[in-house]
Amino acid sequence: MTKGWLSSLEKVDDYRWRLPTSYKPGMRVPGLIYADERLLRTMAGDQAVEQVANVAFLPGVVGYSMAMPDIHWGYGFPIGGVAAMRLNGGVVSPGGVGFDINCGARLIRTDLTEAEVRPVLGRLADQLFRDVPSGLGAHGPLRVSNNELDDIMLHGAAWMLDRGYGAPDDLDATESHGCLAGADPATVSRRARERGQEQLGTLGAGNHFLEIEVVEAVYDEEAARAFGLEIGRVVVFFHCGSRGFGHQVCQDYLSVMEKAARQFEIVLPDRQLACAPLDSKQGKDYLAAMAAAANFAWANRQAIAHWTRGAFAHVLGRPAAELGMTQVYDVAHNIAKVEEHRVDGQSMRLCVHRKGATRAFPAGHAEVPPRYRKVGQPVLVPGDMGRYSYVCAGTERAMAETWGSTCHGAGRLQSRGAAKRSLQGVDIVGRLEARGIVVRVRNRSLIAEEASEAYKDVADVVEVLDRAGISRKVARMKPLAVIKG
Amino acid sequence: MIAQPPFETFDHTADVGIVGRGLTLGEAFANAAKAMFSLMVDLDRIEPREERRIEVEADDREGLLVAWLAELLYISEVDNLVFNRFDVDEISDTRVVAHAFGEPLDLDRHNPKLMIKAVTRHMLEVASVAGGYQVRVILDI
Repeated sequence: MTKGWLSSLEKVDDYRWRLPTSYKPGMRVPGLIYADERLLRTMAGDQAVEQVANVAFLPGVVGYSMAMPDIHWGYGFPIGGVAAMRLNGGVVSPGGVGFDINCGARLIRTDLTEAEVRPVLGRLADQLFRDVPSGLGAHGPLRVSNNELDDIMLHGAAWMLDRGYGAPDDLDATESHGCLAGADPATVSRRARERGQEQLGTLGAGNHFLEIEVVEAVYDEEAARAFGLEIGRVVVFFHCGSRGFGHQVCQDYLSVMEKAARQFEIVLPDRQLACAPLDSKQGKDYLAAMAAAANFAWANRQAIAHWTRGAFAHVLGRPAAELGMTQVYDVAHNIAKVEEHRVDGQSMRLCVHRKGATRAFPAGHAEVPPRYRKVGQPVLVPGDMGRYSYVCAGTERAMAETWGSTCHGAGRLQSRGAAKRSLQGVDIVGRLEARGIVVRVRNRSLIAEEASEAYKDVADVVEVLDRAGISRKVARMKPLAVIKG
Repeated sequence: MIAQPPFETFDHTADVGIVGRGLTLGEAFANAAKAMFSLMVDLDRIEPREERRIEVEADDREGLLVAWLAELLYISEVDNLVFNRFDVDEISDTRVVAHAFGEPLDLDRHNPKLMIKAVTRHMLEVASVAGGYQVRVILDI
């Protein structure tokens, strides 16, 4: 048994808390939690910090088992967890990526103002709701053969672009250009393929969303200008991942990893942390399948971006290019990537697991698109559907401390059940509509689970990032229309 | 003694947990499957018009529970079916053979709810309890 984590945490400064290895025998490195005291208190009664300790058990973990301020109880890794492993002697864990491989967020700007969009907002929402399939049982309108699916696994977003789905600039404005190297279709099961073929080009359900928003505040003029964001301009923000394809890849490899963990005699405090050495066949196969799923997700978001532009063009009667609908960025927030980082002054390649965490590379980094090179990589931080979302930028300090990582959203505060119970009788849709937010949702009864009350205030989360210096606030957007499964 | 329900769901910050109970391991597995589908649709609105045979293997009982539920989820997604009855024909610690009964998902009739992504191994438990078995697992939503 472990003693209470709250009393074990050591305060480093107002935004950093250290969980010493003495907290739980078996931790190879300490934990490091980014939070202020208020956010820390919201974690009481939740297993998230225990999961930070569990991740520190993994062989080859370097530095700290880290948690971003949106951390909450997940399975295996906490959601909001970041951990990097040495390539030599380190492991890769599918639980450190999650079932929804390359779940991520994409932001598209427009030249449109709220005044131009307001009169057609209902029609726009209807069109988007029709054109982007969502919810339980949704099937994608794209039918791809097995060979085409192989190409999607290998080429990601570029496959869609080759078929006219998107603008050439989109790839530049996508993390890893929308394609992770090393994908191998041979490592993906028939089952993952079947689930993927049914669901390519779908949004999903749960916390996945597509929103029309308007920029309501700018904190960093230079970065906002570079990202094409201006107060009063309308943007489209959406969040989804690799659908059943990725879910099945993770499900398949967890079984492989459980056997591997036994074979390599890796002691784990939670079966969901099952893992294999990065240099083992099992580890390499997982990374190849994970890359295939990540590429599927990028293709999926590329298709959704295309239909979003089409919906705007149709309703507004002008081509998307004329509406200035360029992509600000696309980030992955459930992924493991081999990256170059500084460890004790030396350059080292590490496998960085980001489970509900976003890459946040600084100005000047070679992987930041040239047009953002002076201000840093855009970081997309969705809030909840009633309040607001943020765009931030990566920093040098993130590179030095968190392997260039930051938070991925607000983070849940309440379980689905608790949210539903506490909001019984509250007309969530009506409440949003009263504030001028148009809502299109497949299942109205479940909207309470995604209400603002279920989430931390993303403004608090972003404030911690900004003050801790691991991201810089750039802009805030408020929702005009919400589309959900 | 107050009788415990054959299946129930419990809260988890991001996801949802399920518990299945039964006099036999097979019954507990069948009830866990009911718990899972009860999160997706209204069970009492499903007509048993289609049948699927399920056979899965794993290294241990806990792994078998995950494999069983993951198999049902896969069939549900690929064949667009929802189930509300599960007859377990054979079960050991490493293998289960069963028949699932249900019908194609009907968005108008079945009252669709959560979309379940996968079956996790977090808080996974297959336990012998007084009067039978209790199984528990967290589903990724």
